[in-house]
Amino acid sequence: MSKRYLIRRLLLVVPVLLGTILIVFALVFLTPGDPVARLAGNKPLAPSTYNEIRAQYHLDQPFVEQYLYYLDGLIHGDLGATFTGRDVSSIIRERFPVTLKLTLGAFAIEVVLGLILAVVAAVKRRTLLDSAILVFTLFMITVPVIVLGFVLQYVFGVKLHWLPVAGIQDGAASYILPSLTLGLGLAASLGRLARSNVLDNMQGEHIRAAIARGLPRRRVVGRHVLKNSLVPIVTILGLDFAYLMGGAVITETIFNLPGLGFSLIQGIKTQNGPMVVGLVTLSAIIFVFTNLFVDLLCARIDPRISYE
Amino acid sequence: MSDPVLTVDDLHVEFRTEDGVVKAVDGVSYELGKGEILAVLGESGSGKTVHARAVLRILDMPPAYITGGRAMLGDVNLFDLDEADMREVRGARIAMLFQDPHTALDPVYTVGDQIIELLRLRRGISTREARAQALELLQWVGIPSPEGRLKAYPHQLSGGIAQRVMVAMAIALDPDVLLADEPTSSLDVTVQAQVLELLGSIVKRTEMSMVLITHNLAVAVGLADRIAVMYAGQLVELGPAKAVYGDPKHPYSAALLRSIPDIQRRDERLPAITGSPPNLLNAPDGCPFNPRCPYATDVCLTAMPPLEQVADDHLSACYHWDEVER
Amino acid sequence: MSDDLMPPPESEVKPQSVIEAIALPTGGKQLTLWGDVWRKLKRDKRFYVAAFLIIIFVLMAVAPFLFLVKDPSVCPITDSALPMSKAHWFGTDILGCDYYTRVIYGARTSLEVGLIVSSLSIVIALTFGASAGYFGGWVDTVISRWADIWFSIPTILGALLVLTLFNGGGPVLVSLVIVMFAWPDMTRLVRSTVISGKSRGYVRAARTMGSRGRRILRRHVLPNGIAPVLVFAAYVVGSSVGAEAGLTFLGVGLRLPTISWGLQLAVADTRFPEDAYLMFWPSLFLCLLIGAFILLGESLRDAMDPKLFGGDV
Repeated sequence: MSKRYLIRRLLLVVPVLLGTILIVFALVFLTPGDPVARLAGNKPLAPSTYNEIRAQYHLDQPFVEQYLYYLDGLIHGDLGATFTGRDVSSIIRERFPVTLKLTLGAFAIEVVLGLILAVVAAVKRRTLLDSAILVFTLFMITVPVIVLGFVLQYVFGVKLHWLPVAGIQDGAASYILPSLTLGLGLAASLGRLARSNVLDNMQGEHIRAAIARGLPRRRVVGRHVLKNSLVPIVTILGLDFAYLMGGAVITETIFNLPGLGFSLIQGIKTQNGPMVVGLVTLSAIIFVFTNLFVDLLCARIDPRISYE
Repeated sequence: MSDPVLTVDDLHVEFRTEDGVVKAVDGVSYELGKGEILAVLGESGSGKTVHARAVLRILDMPPAYITGGRAMLGDVNLFDLDEADMREVRGARIAMLFQDPHTALDPVYTVGDQIIELLRLRRGISTREARAQALELLQWVGIPSPEGRLKAYPHQLSGGIAQRVMVAMAIALDPDVLLADEPTSSLDVTVQAQVLELLGSIVKRTEMSMVLITHNLAVAVGLADRIAVMYAGQLVELGPAKAVYGDPKHPYSAALLRSIPDIQRRDERLPAITGSPPNLLNAPDGCPFNPRCPYATDVCLTAMPPLEQVADDHLSACYHWDEVER
Repeated sequence: MSDDLMPPPESEVKPQSVIEAIALPTGGKQLTLWGDVWRKLKRDKRFYVAAFLIIIFVLMAVAPFLFLVKDPSVCPITDSALPMSKAHWFGTDILGCDYYTRVIYGARTSLEVGLIVSSLSIVIALTFGASAGYFGGWVDTVISRWADIWFSIPTILGALLVLTLFNGGGPVLVSLVIVMFAWPDMTRLVRSTVISGKSRGYVRAARTMGSRGRRILRRHVLPNGIAPVLVFAAYVVGSSVGAEAGLTFLGVGLRLPTISWGLQLAVADTRFPEDAYLMFWPSLFLCLLIGAFILLGESLRDAMDPKLFGGDV
């Protein structure tokens, strides 16, 4: 990858990151109305609390300075404080492991299942197996997470009693159904994308040329088709990972997993504005950096990307 | 011809699709001698590329089907071989050169990786040896500073250099026959000449035989010993290059010749062949060229003219071959 | 003879190769490329399934009376949570309303959201994506960075944030909020389609004949670039319906008295798993609607296979 590309890409992070945080901040503090009231929902606040919040966010200063103070806080890991006085960042630190475990579980399912489905379907193209996989994946991407979560919960938890219905008290087993809820859908869409990508690449002229040179088909597919297919796959995996790390709100709600997504919903229900803002900001930051990593990785895989 | 290196005998290739069956190659036969360059001339859709890919058995089957004929390499029918044996033939006995080097090379691996891969796998040598041989090959095809090129990716190379790399890979295993499918069509004109010269010199030095597929008559005449003209999947004329060029015996060849722009001529318009290539899904009876042929008569509409000898070593598939004027 | 010198009118695409000869219709009839797409669609079973379902849902939305529904606002609380019966085909919900009626009426809301989100996304994508792709330079830079910024906020989270701060809203507001965070996806798609279309032969040909930027964009690049957009739009309908259901379920989307499957699911959650039927019916309809649009997208995509558009001139 050319050094120019590397530097350009790294530099790009800065405006995008600042811009994203600005947007989140602006949505809360710049829109008409009283931001404090908005943050507090419709709950009346004691004057002392009200003033505290105003001071915390420097709301008496011009907007630009508010934003800069906020940024300064972020750099120091301070995401603000909730109305009850707790540090948002400490709450995040508490809840993070749960989300992380869920992310890893779902991601593992996505990668393993998704790629297996893709390879099998591509290799066994036009057979019954391929059609079955296509139907299955179509079904999986159709069913929204809400529905799938409830179905799995009902069938395996309530009716069959094989797996815990909710909560994290059962250790690793608690994460099985939630991981499946998220992972199956992701695996299905990855599988379809990877399959069509691989099939497209198998038609490539350079593949035909490699066969024409007498290279064995298996090697050609394994080495040449695969690497050419990698970029969109890596990109999707990165996006999905970032999305998972932001806290899978619906899944954590259905299965009562006290992770970041759950905290977000709690924050909403208790009208705890700072919590919501903090979590969304965190999620966006994770997203930007994951994207950066993915872009650099893709540039290493496909040399044409950095060639400008 | 005594001891042809490659014999294509009554080759038939079909494409079966939802809309019908297309006879892409409809009974093509020729012999290729040692050290000979045979140009296969035709427009898009004539079947010239398909027949070559059929010989090397790299067509996608389905939707393609080889429905008849033989491809004899010496006295072995390539269509009788199993895949493992065919793999041995590819590259080592018959090689193919593709039209666009930038699509025929894998864009995510360096050029060096690809050449070395070929040499290592087919010759069973170590990476270091393969690297040394790769350098030699690149020098052999006239690429300056080959060490740097090995590390380059295909998109970093110019068309001419990239095609030379492809030539290097094609001849790397010392094949008897090279099927060159429009090797210069995607190159700049100045570079075209260089690559053609390279191919010509390789043939001369190694006595390799070459089938040069092209739609460009000038290219054909410049390099070939014999020219085979294809139209709508059929061979319509076959003869020595000078004869086909100087005194064509088929209306289509004559029309092709007439449509070459000539600086000396003072016509106002470029003569073109009227009409368009036939829709192969609904091939008309009789001679496929008849809708566009100035000599066509009733007999041309009913039965396909057979390929017959009309002069020394010169065949034509036309009922009116003696009327054809250049 | 002179006809051979003029470039063929766009509807008369002559076969340039054996493969295109196969792809074009039989008997020398020259159809436009869109005619080809339609022909392929007609042969695809999935298209019929999708179309059938979509028509049914549209009917549910515009003419619910066709489905023998009762009055959705008649909810005698005494009839709360009755099981399925001849009087109430889907039973009743916890407020006593006829569940079948409420589920049918839910279709309107979901379709409204899906329609607004997809059409708005298309407009934004075609305007900004095409401009970014075609004009390049600083236009592209500005638009792409702006898209990157919004793209970095995951749609559901961003929508949660905005809707929380504004205490939820009707279908239009929810749709707008979804678009606010989801627009970069389709815009990027159009941008890359336009970029790859720019270098195609027909654009170069148009240029040599003197067409200028905007005209080329309008008459050549966009019509050919629209295929992937239509496919994506079908998926967008599906995903936005799902997003609205999710947001409403979480409590920030639509509120009563709007009838939404998401609301029904939220309520059903409180009575889960005892009254599982409350969960079942909206889930089923949700899946069918989303599935219909995904199938539509799939069959559109296969019908508009790039092979149809031929190679470079």
